[in-house]
Amino acid sequence: MSAYPAGSTAVQLVVVGLGAPVLTGIMRQVRARLEGRVGPGIFQPWREMRKLAGKERIRPVGTTVIFGVAPLFLAATTLAMAAIVPVVTTASPLDRDGDLFAVVGLLLLGTVALALAGLDTGTGFGGMGASRQVTIAALVEPSILMAVFALSIPVHSSNLAAIVAAAAHRPESVATPASALAFAALAIVVVAETGRLPVDNPNTHLELTMIHEAMVLEYAGPQFALVEWASAMRLTVLLALLANLFVPIGISGAHSGPVGIVAGTLAVAAKVVVLAVGVAATEVFLAKLRLFRVPELLAGSFLLGLLAVTASYFLATPA
Amino acid sequence: MSFATWAAVLTSGAGMGACLLVLVAPTRMRPAFAGWGTAATGATGCVLGVGSVMSGFPLIRVGWLFPLAGAQFAGGAVSGLFIAVIGAVAVIAGVFTVGYARAAITGHDGHGALPVWALAALPLFVMAMIFVPLAASVTTFVALWELMALTSLALVLADHQRVQVREAGLSYAVMTQLGFAAIVLGLVVFAASSGSDGFAQMTADAHTMPASVRSAVFVLTVIGFGSKAGLVPLHAWLPRAHPEAPSPVSALMSAAMVNLGIYGIVRIDIAMLGRGPTWWGLLLLMVGAITAVYAVLQAAVATDLKRLLAYSTSENMGLITMALGAVMLLSTLGTGASAAIALTAAFLHVVNHAAFKALGFLSAGAVLSATGLRDLDELGGLAQTMPITTVLFGIAALGASGLPLGAGFVSEWLLLQSLIHAVPAGGTTLALVVPLSVGAIALTAGLGMAAMVKAFGVGFLARPRSSAAAGAAEVSPTMIAAMSTGALICAVLAVAPVVCASLLDRVLSQLPTVRSTEVPSIGLLLRLPGIGGSMSPALLAATILGGVVVVGAATWAATSGGGPLRRAALWACGGSPPSSRMQYTATSFAEPLLRVFDDVLRPDTQIEVSHHAESRYLVERVSVSSTMADAVEVRLYAPVLRAVEGAANVVRRLHNGSVHAYLGYGALGLLVVLVVAAR
Repeated sequence: MSAYPAGSTAVQLVVVGLGAPVLTGIMRQVRARLEGRVGPGIFQPWREMRKLAGKERIRPVGTTVIFGVAPLFLAATTLAMAAIVPVVTTASPLDRDGDLFAVVGLLLLGTVALALAGLDTGTGFGGMGASRQVTIAALVEPSILMAVFALSIPVHSSNLAAIVAAAAHRPESVATPASALAFAALAIVVVAETGRLPVDNPNTHLELTMIHEAMVLEYAGPQFALVEWASAMRLTVLLALLANLFVPIGISGAHSGPVGIVAGTLAVAAKVVVLAVGVAATEVFLAKLRLFRVPELLAGSFLLGLLAVTASYFLATPA
Repeated sequence: MSFATWAAVLTSGAGMGACLLVLVAPTRMRPAFAGWGTAATGATGCVLGVGSVMSGFPLIRVGWLFPLAGAQFAGGAVSGLFIAVIGAVAVIAGVFTVGYARAAITGHDGHGALPVWALAALPLFVMAMIFVPLAASVTTFVALWELMALTSLALVLADHQRVQVREAGLSYAVMTQLGFAAIVLGLVVFAASSGSDGFAQMTADAHTMPASVRSAVFVLTVIGFGSKAGLVPLHAWLPRAHPEAPSPVSALMSAAMVNLGIYGIVRIDIAMLGRGPTWWGLLLLMVGAITAVYAVLQAAVATDLKRLLAYSTSENMGLITMALGAVMLLSTLGTGASAAIALTAAFLHVVNHAAFKALGFLSAGAVLSATGLRDLDELGGLAQTMPITTVLFGIAALGASGLPLGAGFVSEWLLLQSLIHAVPAGGTTLALVVPLSVGAIALTAGLGMAAMVKAFGVGFLARPRSSAAAGAAEVSPTMIAAMSTGALICAVLAVAPVVCASLLDRVLSQLPTVRSTEVPSIGLLLRLPGIGGSMSPALLAATILGGVVVVGAATWAATSGGGPLRRAALWACGGSPPSSRMQYTATSFAEPLLRVFDDVLRPDTQIEVSHHAESRYLVERVSVSSTMADAVEVRLYAPVLRAVEGAANVVRRLHNGSVHAYLGYGALGLLVVLVVAAR
């Protein structure tokens, strides 16, 4: 393991860790401006986290160690994802330890940890959030794997670095119907997994419509800060993955030096911000879907994935 | 005599000796004799299995055992792997039985007490299961299979005072005997076409047989073995019998006996029949996919903890059957390498499933023994009162959910890899079948996760939903020791599947389908032949652990060491503190899934609203009752049973009680025999 790949993975982790709350801030700011408000500025999530970190640690009566550990575990699995997924570089030494299936597994592990914490509180809201979150996660799974499948056919590997590097090497290979369909399928998946509109409303204050917020209702202080940070990182990593899978411009490889890493960081920041602004702007015009309409959306996403797979079979150019 | 032969003699000695000892021992000592005897049988069986994998089991003829045909035993690596798995499960279940049977005598008004004949049948059941894979002739196989079926039936009926147990026993007896009939018929057709009753000769003759005979044998044996493995639509007995049996027996049935259904398909249909037409593979793939998705849906909405686990068994057998179907399909249409990956996935999943399902059923048994409850809607809060059992069930549930860090992840990963890389050469059939299979596996994995989150989160976390759950106490040390061993095996399989690598290599090299191709290398890093993919469960676990350490340290630093932890009341929207009745139950947790899939599950929900006398706009009481019957059972079995009954009624008219008529039937029968014989 040479120094550059390890170093670039570290850079990647720092970029995701520090940048994630800012990304949330940007999305809120865009939304505020579009709704005619001034907005609190893009660093507001960091200020909130600093405030929460200084508060007293509270554990609700009757909860077990699961409730206490879940935020830690959520953040840890998200960091592991951030280390494996090519955000800044395709040369992460951890890439061979986990492919896209493993990344999906890590994502679900985090979801499960939070759902168990929700159930652990023994309140109606906790259970409600957990039940809904798990239902959605279960139904999202086929769409994710179908999109993974479509992406790994042309490169004969489901390891992310291989997929991204192949796309970076031959940009024209991305401009296929299969890629477009897989992109659409994955985009819906990202929206569902990170709790954005129209699946879940991240700004809601009405408990009965909440999914993510209902699950974490009992968290306060530093633990709540951890949950917020981890959720922001999940969104960032998934958006970066989406961006790099389909537009891998500027990502640094195994042999690019410090300049390449800086360029890769700037490139991914630009791409993710564009995506995030797009998501935030779209959300202004969307209403939350009724919970029982969400499966229809996910079925649509699955169908897109299925079409992507069949398209890449029948329209595949030999690699 | 070779090493493996000695082990076989010891195993049969241990099994039968334990059975006799239990029969003559004083009542107080019986659980200990049965439990330790079963464990000893399992331990020698495990040695026998590993020995067979490593050096094979020589052909032995025991002429005096069965009249005319005699018994034949032989085994290779495939038999050895299944024997080793059965042996290991039996060791854990046997040790668990010691504590469980003792607790059943003293606790909860004799709930689940094991009568002497059940205790005596336990080691015999394990012995029969261990010898089934060693059978090398049709007679031997069929006789051992039936011994296994009968002893397990006795064990299912252990608690026969309860009516549910008797119903489950009846449905198990019928299904297992019908399956047995299909297997016997299939093997008899096979042997008749070959002219020999020995498996070796039958294998040699298989490729010269007419295609119709081979297909008939294939269909009959898949029906027979599929009913043992709980494949839809022959699964109905499984979610009834497995939960009603005493928990160590449930563990043996779900983690060991169902595997023999898979063994039968591997041995007879893949190893002996050899390469078949494309539809064989498609049939297995389709049946497996339907089983996996249907069973996991039932598991996701089940509220009975043991029923949930039983459906999960059916689900996992479905996944393994899918892998076997993929092996058949890929070895003819795809590349040999992807067939080898699918076969590795199948065997590894047999091992992994046995580990986590044995642990799951044993910890469910511990809960049952401590609280007398199986209903998740009444459990809860066990993390406070039974912390060790909670952790152990958590490990089993993680394995069953197929997530990283769990025992089921690696094999499901291999199965997916074999499918997604199968395609380019495969033509239209594969291009259509493979994506749908991947979708089915993905849905199964997702719903399996939901089922396990429900089982663990509702059953063990939160606050107790009944006084029995609140008053639970941790179970006896022998039970905990048995479960801990199971948990250790699960953990090792989850992060270091490399321990199975040398066994699996030998097993794969002995099957004709993949004999000449490269097999996946299972080291610290899993590498696949012909595919640029790799994954390492150990390094993945290390990465997550590293993440926990880093985040933990960062949080510690950011909160400057963290002040004292304050216990605070739950938020109650400003009202009185929430009672434990306000919690989500298993039923409410699964409600969204029930709604999404209600076309498949067909729940029978009745809502009754009674109004006040003064005004019908005021609701006095709302009562909701919901029952979940197995839709396949209701829609498929009931009509068949009605038809059989109708036919029986028609035939009954012949039995009119007249002696003259009966004499006439006899004469007619004799006439037919004479005509046939004279031809």
